[in-house]
Amino acid sequence: MKRLIVAPSPARSSARVGIQLLLALLLTLFAAQTMAASEAQVALGDQAVQERVLKLSHQLRCLVCQGQSLAESDSEFSRDMRAKVQALVEQGMNDAEVKDYLVERYGDFILYKPPFKPETYLLWFTPLILFAIGATVLLVNLRRRRQRVVAAGAPLSAEEETRVKKLLEGQAGDNQA
Amino acid sequence: MLRSLKFLIPFLIFVVLAVFFWQGLSLNPSTVPSPLIDKAAPAFSLPQLHEPDKVITPADLNGQVWMFNVWASWCVSCRQEHPVLMQLAKTGVVPIYGLNYKDAREDAIRWLQQFGNPYVASAFDLEGQVGIDYGVYGVPETYVVDRAGVIRHKHIGPVSQEILQNEILPIVRKLKG
Repeated sequence: MKRLIVAPSPARSSARVGIQLLLALLLTLFAAQTMAASEAQVALGDQAVQERVLKLSHQLRCLVCQGQSLAESDSEFSRDMRAKVQALVEQGMNDAEVKDYLVERYGDFILYKPPFKPETYLLWFTPLILFAIGATVLLVNLRRRRQRVVAAGAPLSAEEETRVKKLLEGQAGDNQA
Repeated sequence: MLRSLKFLIPFLIFVVLAVFFWQGLSLNPSTVPSPLIDKAAPAFSLPQLHEPDKVITPADLNGQVWMFNVWASWCVSCRQEHPVLMQLAKTGVVPIYGLNYKDAREDAIRWLQQFGNPYVASAFDLEGQVGIDYGVYGVPETYVVDRAGVIRHKHIGPVSQEILQNEILPIVRKLKG
């Protein structure tokens, strides 16, 4: 009996490990929970408003941390902007109106997807232009090659025949020499 | 002749791209062009920092060229530009109005006591709503407004002596005629 007090039985030590594991798991879950809470602080408001704010936040750029959308960023700026977007949505603005409101103040750069207008035609059309150039070059090359292949398959002209003969004879002559 | 030039095409494409990329290196991605340039300064009506019962509104400033400087006591770069603003205020070339952005009133007043007050008056924007109307995303920001109340210039980031002399003052002088 005394021995049990000094060294815990296998059963007891495994129970302890179990409790430790459980604690660790709970702590991890708790940490994840608080992180999620700080990421989406839009909260409040009803479900529909929240969903729209979240959707819009994904389409708007955080101007302070430019690689991130408002939804991804937890900067002061993004928090303010999400609150503003929520306020605008609650005022009854539709998605396009909210975006226009922000573009008026911050410029097109606030939009993740650049708008389609004369200044951005080059941006939108460049891939198409490059594709057209590539396709043209490819077609021209293919056509040329086909012409070459067709030409190669055709029987030799009289002129070519004599040239081949000459060359072959010349070679034979070289070998003999 | 033409055939040999063909091999230069990839090289020329490379040169064009290299020029664009090289230029891109010297651009500052955090300066987003403001859509407010050449538009009327957004109206607001905010209490003054020092005298909360008095109200500042841009319409009252019509008829003069003025500078609008967004600042806060928590803003580190504001300390950097502060001596430049102090010096400018002393010359009296252009009146500087401040927008105290998302600050605590006591902190802001203490900050001005400590470093000096270059502002004719500061508007107190606790919620940052006026900041959003002006497209503020990085304090400090500085606007130049003409006699008709139209924004003519915006500088994002601290105003250095060079920027003041080469960028802002020429515009102020032109607007003053």
